[in-house]
Amino acid sequence: MDLSAINPVLLVASLIVAATPLLFAALGELVVERAGVLNLGVEGMMITGAICGFIVGVESGSAYLGFLGAAVGGALLSLIFGVLTQYLLSNQVATGLALTLFGLGLSALLGQGYQGVKGPTPARLDIPVLRDLPVVGRIVFGHDLMVYAGLALVVAVWWVLTRSRAGLILRAVGENHDAAHALGYKVVRVRLAAIAFGGACAGIGGAYLSLVRVPQWTEGMTGGAGWIALAIVVFAAWKPWRALLGAWLFGGVTVLQLNLQAAGIALPVEYLSMSPYLVTILVLVLMSSGRAPGSLGRIFHKTG
Amino acid sequence: MYRRTLLGAAAALGLAGMAFAQDDPVKVGFVYVGPVGDGGWTYEHNKGRLAVEEHFGDAVETVFVESVPEGADAERVMTQMALDGADLIFTTSFGYMDATIATAEKFPDVKFEHATGFKRADNVSTYSARFYEGRAIQGHIAGKMTESNVIGYIGSYPIPEVIRGINASYLHAKAVNPDVEYRIVWVYTWFDPAQEAEAARTLIDQGADVILQHTDSTAPLAAAEEAGNVIGFGQASDMAQFSPSPRVSSIIDDWAPYYIDRVQAVVDGTWESVDTWDGIGPGMVGIGEITDAVPEDVKAEALDMKERIAAGDYHPFTGPINKQDGSVWLAEGETASDEDLLGMNFYVEGIEGDIPE
Repeated sequence: MDLSAINPVLLVASLIVAATPLLFAALGELVVERAGVLNLGVEGMMITGAICGFIVGVESGSAYLGFLGAAVGGALLSLIFGVLTQYLLSNQVATGLALTLFGLGLSALLGQGYQGVKGPTPARLDIPVLRDLPVVGRIVFGHDLMVYAGLALVVAVWWVLTRSRAGLILRAVGENHDAAHALGYKVVRVRLAAIAFGGACAGIGGAYLSLVRVPQWTEGMTGGAGWIALAIVVFAAWKPWRALLGAWLFGGVTVLQLNLQAAGIALPVEYLSMSPYLVTILVLVLMSSGRAPGSLGRIFHKTG
Repeated sequence: MYRRTLLGAAAALGLAGMAFAQDDPVKVGFVYVGPVGDGGWTYEHNKGRLAVEEHFGDAVETVFVESVPEGADAERVMTQMALDGADLIFTTSFGYMDATIATAEKFPDVKFEHATGFKRADNVSTYSARFYEGRAIQGHIAGKMTESNVIGYIGSYPIPEVIRGINASYLHAKAVNPDVEYRIVWVYTWFDPAQEAEAARTLIDQGADVILQHTDSTAPLAAAEEAGNVIGFGQASDMAQFSPSPRVSSIIDDWAPYYIDRVQAVVDGTWESVDTWDGIGPGMVGIGEITDAVPEDVKAEALDMKERIAAGDYHPFTGPINKQDGSVWLAEGETASDEDLLGMNFYVEGIEGDIPE
């Protein structure tokens, strides 16, 4: 029992890092769902991104090219889902689940020969004076660029969704696709773009695991992060800022749980592990504002 | 009742099929808890399987299913294997114990081998390796090498096998470094690289400069490498890609001779239910090369301990050893019995914290 062993500064710093892959995946899925599409394949896209990013990173020697490769890989995979659900009108739930299984298998196949290989890791931001500041230096200035990219993405998604015309159209498509169609918006095209964006974000989130967090390739390495990202979207009531909060909460619980254990505090792990989900359910019950987009998960057809 | 009849019928059909095709190769099934590419536990079991294939050639056919969750799902996989005509099934994780016993009851003519468990039947053998012998050597190196005197330990599940490893390494770290302190994190998984890396980082954040792991992936070593100045050990497999540092040595499980032996017994029709628990001596536990990151004298001591354990001159649990609460477990010179070791559910004196229920 030694609470002093836990360094709060390091705790917050590692919380921010642990939350980053969740944040990317959740923001992507948030945009997809705001466009009225429920893609349950986040886990599959994340793991595909993880291996695509790792392969590109290893072959090119650049972690950032790796992230680019992850985004492309995730987006391509998500477009399979896009074509199936938007053109062939397949059931979104079933297709999304299939996408997860497909992604897990595909990534294992692609990853043959990349086990035990070391990948490139992006450098931490290293600004001479700022990083030596007490407390703030480690928490705010001590991360790699992708952490800041994730935060920037929160702002960008928020701005686009609420302040731009494109965001308005996207939300219109998600709220009522028939009305949006009647107004002349290309529902399917908007949704495909959103799905590809979601896939790219999930891919980057996955690559953050294989290039930064772990950092190496192992089969099944996302370990359910995609499902947590889905929960975060609901927890966030489809709002970008709350997604950030959700990612920190879910990421934070993981980190805190390990820290408490290492400090010898006998708190049953199960309570902490389930707490974010309990909070999600509570938020759903308490907040009437947490309303899902009107057309979420519904199949759109022009004649319909 | 109906289901049992059905299963019985199915089993009978399967057996009839097998009897009918006597000249078919012996079919051996393997159930893995992780992917064969985990680089650790499952990777080594799969190496054993490949050795069986190589040894027997066309006389034996092997099948495997990877990443099978522990629990009810495992029983489904084993049943399927048995129905598909497997003659011998190796189930390679502690958590498959009840599923193995249950499946074995349904298929009395199929032989089962369960790794690291303690429940046997007429057609169920158990086998395990004395990993704790390797742990003792790790503890010695860890105690000598640590500068912060904080050693981090990543545990999977609080089961006797894992607790035994913690105790064995602690006793030997403490013996050479009285100031040593253990921090233990349970991750409740055998294989989850992200979680394992997170646990390693947490321990490093809390001052640990030696990380011992009882999980299957190489992620903790990757985390140690990233942190710098932190050492670790290969677990279940050599993990040599991380040598000479952070991986300074390793415990290697070598299942191949045992697997070949047991398959041979099935081929000969001499298979019997046995309980095998071998260590460094018979070669089931190997100690990976101790790298130059370890000082010469420490390396020599570690190798000496390995020799003495292999020769049977030294038992890693030799008294006096007290339990965590201070009560006497082993008196001066007394060595632990296998029953005590197999059921170990307590920390030895000096380790802080409680074992989770």
